[in-house]
Amino acid sequence: MIRDDLRCIYLIAAKDMRTYYLKPPAVSWGMVFPVAWTLAFYLRSPSNFEDLVPGLIAMTILFSTTAAEAVVINFELRLGSLERLLLAPVSTDSVLLGKVLGGFLFGLLMTSMVTLGTALGLELHPNLSTLIPVGLISLMVFSSMGALFSVLFKEVFEAQTFLNLPRFLMVFLCGVVYPISAMPSWLQAISQLLPLTYTVEGLRAAFSASPPSSFKGLLILTVFLILFILPAMRMLRKRFE
Amino acid sequence: MNTIDVQGLTKRFDGFTAVDGISFEVGEGELFGLLGPNGSGKTTTIRMLVGLSRPTAGRAKILGFDLSFGITEAKRGIGVVPDSSNLYDELSARENLLFMAKLYGVPKDVREQKSEELLKLFGLYERRDDRFGTFSRGMKRALTIAAALVHDPKVLFLDEPTVGLDVVAARSLRELISDLHGKGLTIVLTTHYLEEADLLCDRIAILVKGNVVEIDTPRGLKRRAEERSVIEASFGREATDLVGDLSARLPGAEVVLLDETRVKIYGGDPSRVLEEIFEFSKERNLGLNAINSIKPSLEDAFVRITGLSPTVMAREKGGKGR
Ligand SMILES: Nc1ncnc2c1ncn2[C@@H]1O[C@H](COP(=O)(O)OP(=O)(O)O)[C@@H](O)[C@H]1O
Ligand SMILES: [Mg+2]
Repeated sequence: MIRDDLRCIYLIAAKDMRTYYLKPPAVSWGMVFPVAWTLAFYLRSPSNFEDLVPGLIAMTILFSTTAAEAVVINFELRLGSLERLLLAPVSTDSVLLGKVLGGFLFGLLMTSMVTLGTALGLELHPNLSTLIPVGLISLMVFSSMGALFSVLFKEVFEAQTFLNLPRFLMVFLCGVVYPISAMPSWLQAISQLLPLTYTVEGLRAAFSASPPSSFKGLLILTVFLILFILPAMRMLRKRFE
Repeated sequence: MNTIDVQGLTKRFDGFTAVDGISFEVGEGELFGLLGPNGSGKTTTIRMLVGLSRPTAGRAKILGFDLSFGITEAKRGIGVVPDSSNLYDELSARENLLFMAKLYGVPKDVREQKSEELLKLFGLYERRDDRFGTFSRGMKRALTIAAALVHDPKVLFLDEPTVGLDVVAARSLRELISDLHGKGLTIVLTTHYLEEADLLCDRIAILVKGNVVEIDTPRGLKRRAEERSVIEASFGREATDLVGDLSARLPGAEVVLLDETRVKIYGGDPSRVLEEIFEFSKERNLGLNAINSIKPSLEDAFVRITGLSPTVMAREKGGKGR
């Protein structure tokens, strides 16, 4: 039983990587957007570009995973090919996990490219023992968030549009470009409720000279992961009741 | 033991009853048809039986597994061809089959061999490396059936296998289904084509508004219609407006318009019906072309059993089907 489910989770993720990772919506939302955005900031103040690197990586994590999920879940729900997966001896939960894992892998690919590119180009030496766990858990968190929005809406463009509210809120409020400490206290309070805050915090730690322990951040991100993935599973199950 | 045992199966959507407590059995190796007009609950029934939708009430056993707790086990022995051909456009024919086989955990050498065998059987071997998205409807349908067979199921569910296909493609697909039946596969097929049900099925359940109104062999169903005469008349000019007048003259018989110039008359005293038609056509100057007393078809049986006009079966679902 468990072996069947694990096999299917892997197969679904692998197939999604193959068939969708070059689809225009996934690539454009996942990579072009964060890079263009960062370029805009770079042109404004080229001197302290290094400061923007953690934010750029965080945005890539956020946009690549959520874009991938909207594509792999919404396309397949609409075309009925997601149903096809459920004909096999697997649970809807495993199908959703496979989808989340696929988004995770797509995000990992995009994020690795951005991270390697900037780190090599700017000769940065991030602390990998901080960077890797923060990056991986964040990819899972936002892939699950994308999955949740995708099971809530019927069309790819709907999911992408409704994802934009939390996405842009997070770009502005989570320390990607503006430091949280410089914001009014009520905005600071809101930022504490947004997962990307902990991603940015962890990534900044990884890129700074003396990294503080980010264990608490990882724990909070794990809580967000659960808060996104369980309702997403539940919603998908409901669709096949 | 029956391969499929359905008892009181019911599905309600927000108070609307799509399937209303239906019961039937399917024996091993049987080709069983669910025949009914669009919206009669065929797809909903299949979806419940293959685990895509949870029944509101009732029970079903497939291959000895109770659906409510053994569905995952039952799925290993079930192949499903959904009403739309929903394989992956981006994958080639061969890749689609291999992917499905992998999902079912078919070992590598077996799945390679089985895919090749199926591609040949369904006449798609030459196109094995072409993307599914580039296939014609008939080829898509054929590959979708092949994909349902990669794990060697014991039962095959086919939801409207020939809808939207041209005559030639539909005929070749029916031959394939017939061959699979000949090899001993148990098959449940839904259709709203009367000829298809007549041609393929060992037994047919007629489904109307979520209820099974009759289950019998095609021959048994037709025999029921033989209890009353069926006479077909064809006129030289349009008779659409005159059906009411004609019925009025034939108490106890039922007049059904087939098209603008043809009517079918069910029941009544045959000699009286013939006489009245001659009379009527002379009076109204209809130019009677032909008049036949005919052997009842499954269509006649359907009309007799359901009381529905045969035109409800011709109504296709609007613009679906890929
Ligand atoms: N998910 C659903 N929600 C609400 N109503 C549905 C749903 N699926 C099917 N129905 C309704 O149930 C009835 C039977 O549909 P269906 O099983 O698709 O019929 P058929 O396959 O015989 O054409 C139809 O009236 C249809 O509108
Ligand atoms: Mg249907």
